[in-house]
Amino acid sequence: MIAEAGLAALWLAAALCGLQLWFGVAAIRNGRDDLGAAIRPVAIIQGLLAMIAFGLLVWLFLRTDLSVELVARNSHAAKPMLYKFAGTWGNHEGSMLLWVMILAVAGALVAIFERRLRKDTLIATLAAQAAIGIGFYAFLLFSSNPFARLSPAPAEGQGLNPLLQDPGLAFHPPTLYFGYAGLSVAFSFAVGALITRDVGTVFARAMRPWVLGSWIFLTLGITAGSYWAYYELGWGGWWFWDPVENASLMPWLAATALLHSVTVLATRDSLRAWTIMLAVIAFSMSMVGTFLVRSGILTSVHAFAVDPQRGTFILGLLILYIGGALALFALRIGTVREGKQFQLISREGALVANNLLLIVILCIVLLGTLYPLVTEALGYSVSVGPPYFNTVAGPLALILITIMALGPLMRWRRDKWRNLVSRISLPVLAAALALAALVFIVSPIGILPMLGLVLASGVAIASFAPLWKRNLRRTPMFTFGMVFAHFGIAVALAGMAFESAFTEEVLVASLPGETHAVGPYEVTFNGAEPIAGPNWTAIEGRLTASRGGGTPVVLQPQARMFSSPETETSEAAILTSWNGQLYTVLGNSDGDGRWQLRLWFKPFVTLIWLGGMLIALGGLLAMVGRVRRERRTMERELYA
Amino acid sequence: MKAKHQRLTLAIIAVVAVIGAGFLALIGLRDNAALFRTPTEIAAEPVPPGQSIRLGGMVADGSIVQQADGVTIDFIVEDGEAQVPVRFSGITPDLFQENSGVVAEGAFDARGTFIATNILAKHDENYMPPPMEGMETAGNDG
Amino acid sequence: MKHWIIWTPLALFIGFLALAASGLIVPRDTTIESQMIGQPVPEFALAPALPGKPGLTNADLATGQPRLLNVFASWCVPCIAEAPQLMQLRRAGVQIDAIAIRDRPADIAQFLARHGDPYRSVGADNDSRVQLSLGSSGVPETFVVDGDGVIRHQHIGDIRPEDVPAILAALEDAQ
Repeated sequence: MIAEAGLAALWLAAALCGLQLWFGVAAIRNGRDDLGAAIRPVAIIQGLLAMIAFGLLVWLFLRTDLSVELVARNSHAAKPMLYKFAGTWGNHEGSMLLWVMILAVAGALVAIFERRLRKDTLIATLAAQAAIGIGFYAFLLFSSNPFARLSPAPAEGQGLNPLLQDPGLAFHPPTLYFGYAGLSVAFSFAVGALITRDVGTVFARAMRPWVLGSWIFLTLGITAGSYWAYYELGWGGWWFWDPVENASLMPWLAATALLHSVTVLATRDSLRAWTIMLAVIAFSMSMVGTFLVRSGILTSVHAFAVDPQRGTFILGLLILYIGGALALFALRIGTVREGKQFQLISREGALVANNLLLIVILCIVLLGTLYPLVTEALGYSVSVGPPYFNTVAGPLALILITIMALGPLMRWRRDKWRNLVSRISLPVLAAALALAALVFIVSPIGILPMLGLVLASGVAIASFAPLWKRNLRRTPMFTFGMVFAHFGIAVALAGMAFESAFTEEVLVASLPGETHAVGPYEVTFNGAEPIAGPNWTAIEGRLTASRGGGTPVVLQPQARMFSSPETETSEAAILTSWNGQLYTVLGNSDGDGRWQLRLWFKPFVTLIWLGGMLIALGGLLAMVGRVRRERRTMERELYA
Repeated sequence: MKAKHQRLTLAIIAVVAVIGAGFLALIGLRDNAALFRTPTEIAAEPVPPGQSIRLGGMVADGSIVQQADGVTIDFIVEDGEAQVPVRFSGITPDLFQENSGVVAEGAFDARGTFIATNILAKHDENYMPPPMEGMETAGNDG
Repeated sequence: MKHWIIWTPLALFIGFLALAASGLIVPRDTTIESQMIGQPVPEFALAPALPGKPGLTNADLATGQPRLLNVFASWCVPCIAEAPQLMQLRRAGVQIDAIAIRDRPADIAQFLARHGDPYRSVGADNDSRVQLSLGSSGVPETFVVDGDGVIRHQHIGDIRPEDVPAILAALEDAQ
């Protein structure tokens, strides 16, 4: 009965979503204010019903109800509870339901909390959000029903891909979905504002928390995804420029641009058309990313599991939403009045430059990701990897980060080069010192890592510049947010540069008892033993690592074999210290008692993810700061 | 910047930037994209040494030979028609065995051996290349 | 001037759509079709994969009647998806033989008990050698073999309901 109740809730939610769209259209086109007034409660109830449907699916997974096809295919009674839970969205149907649920809840939250926007704009926004939702409901109900029964029920489930049996999986897709849903709201705001031609500071302030929130989740998602690939794949790399990773990076780049342009619009009432355009681009990037991954047109050699029908469906939605929004943009934007002007040398100017660079990098990543598809159409096949992305996007990213450091030091509207020069003297000094240290003290390293380290030291100092000579207690929280986020970029950049310049690697076939030196560590191999976990068995390597004769630490990298489905994975053992990570992987035995070991010392590699977290924390501070200020101004207006 | 035309100027700059990005990308792609080749294609049209490609095919039965250092292996990639000798130093991925599909990244050396720098498996939840699925139960004697 | 600029994003987007559509419509088939189509089934002799069912040799496939040779495994999820279609073909009178890839007798028996058993015989191919000699690189795959034991058609991937007519047509052609 649970499955049937879930399906019923899903149908009801879909019906309400249709109602929400109809009410919106009727209110805007025919002036039906009565229907317009009903749109808020409809959106809220729709969100609740979607939550119920998803909750019921989670329940089915927790009970391992094998009479439900989705559970039977993707779960197993022997699976640990956490992965039963996460297994709910570790498959196509479940993840679509999660996405629809988040989309509906986002719409409900707009309906509950948005009070400042003009009434007709809000109605148009909610209608746009319903229009997005209804497509996904149709997809779920007509082609990927997660509640379909399987008869007869099998005795045991099929399990979950063991690579995904990891805490990383449990929270990675939802994080990205929260991010995408935030962008969908920004998109709906943009469409709503275009429909009612109500583009201005109020609109920007309504949109900003959603962009910020979405950006925080996307940042966290990328950071977590990168760390997950780093320790789970056992290859020692933290970014592979895989289409799946690019699919999460592209919306982030667009959201970063949008975040900055919406700030210009909210503060200065400039960049109206540009902000609308970016909101459309940001959401389309999240759809394009999902499309590229889900349709399977980019991944595989000869993949049976990918369903071209799903790809076609997402493509259809893309045409409808993005094509529609772009056409609406082209038709309407001429009638939206132009925002305020600004000088080239000003904070607006720097933010425009930052936006343009972000979009250029986005284009480069997108084209690199799509290129295999182009050549496929031309009849040959290529792969595009780090050599392309690093050489083409890398230098641009360094320029972008330079502008990022300069922007906050400039005044709004107009500024003078001379003033800027005096403000950046300290960061430039820091960068010069770093350059001198690298050239005279450290052995020669690649040009990109070197520039990265020099820039990181300059940016780290520059990011705090907006706080100089200010009373810190009176400085608004969102300024701290910006400082933290920009500082996080410098920290992550330093981590990336350190890792690529100074990593040491040892690859040996080792007999038990042998010791190998890597970085500051002496690593002794003490043999390998079979062990067993809840649904896997493994060969576990016993390593002890010590540093300068200090206390040895035990490390246990594993080669795991999962029982359902039968697959092998490699579990790296990682030892973190203040100045880097020792990363150890156990390979295969050669049959004569030797085991392959791969040892890396990666100096300051943790800075990459620490930086990512700082960026997200900065976003959070900015969001809380903005929301609090909004509330205060609202109260002031109320009592005025 | 003339006040009246600021929006237009910005739009033109944006279009120019996107076109510039396209050119940059095309130049970069021309130099850096790795072609996917099967042994048959290589036999028909040899790839010059040093040019990075992706080599796809099956690991020939009985061809994996472990070298004395314990971390280097030699094996043969075939596709039913032609064969390519491959050398790889490192830990082979979890799903690498004889008689199964493999994609090796790397380049040929002067003597015609393919030096693989990477042997691939992807981490897409839906991705399990069927040639590799057979390995899930490898080691079980029916 | 300003007019066309406004439409550029839409134009770029349409370019992307054309590309994506071409990727979807022209399925990016790195699928390697078997070189064996038009060739006689190579010689092999496989032991029974489970008790109570005969094993399979190439001679069993040249019976004067076209038949299907299904390459499957109990651990393969798409094989479950195609099981109903195989049952439907069996009910339509099609003879089906099978090769189980790297499988265990108990697992196969359980698979057949749960998802139906359309097979006349199931040969155990424990090292995929026969699978490779057939030019098959994954599971499931299905071959149409004519009365003289010549491979006439290869279906790669699971047989979906919409594929059944094509399979029946291939069998018809093989008469």
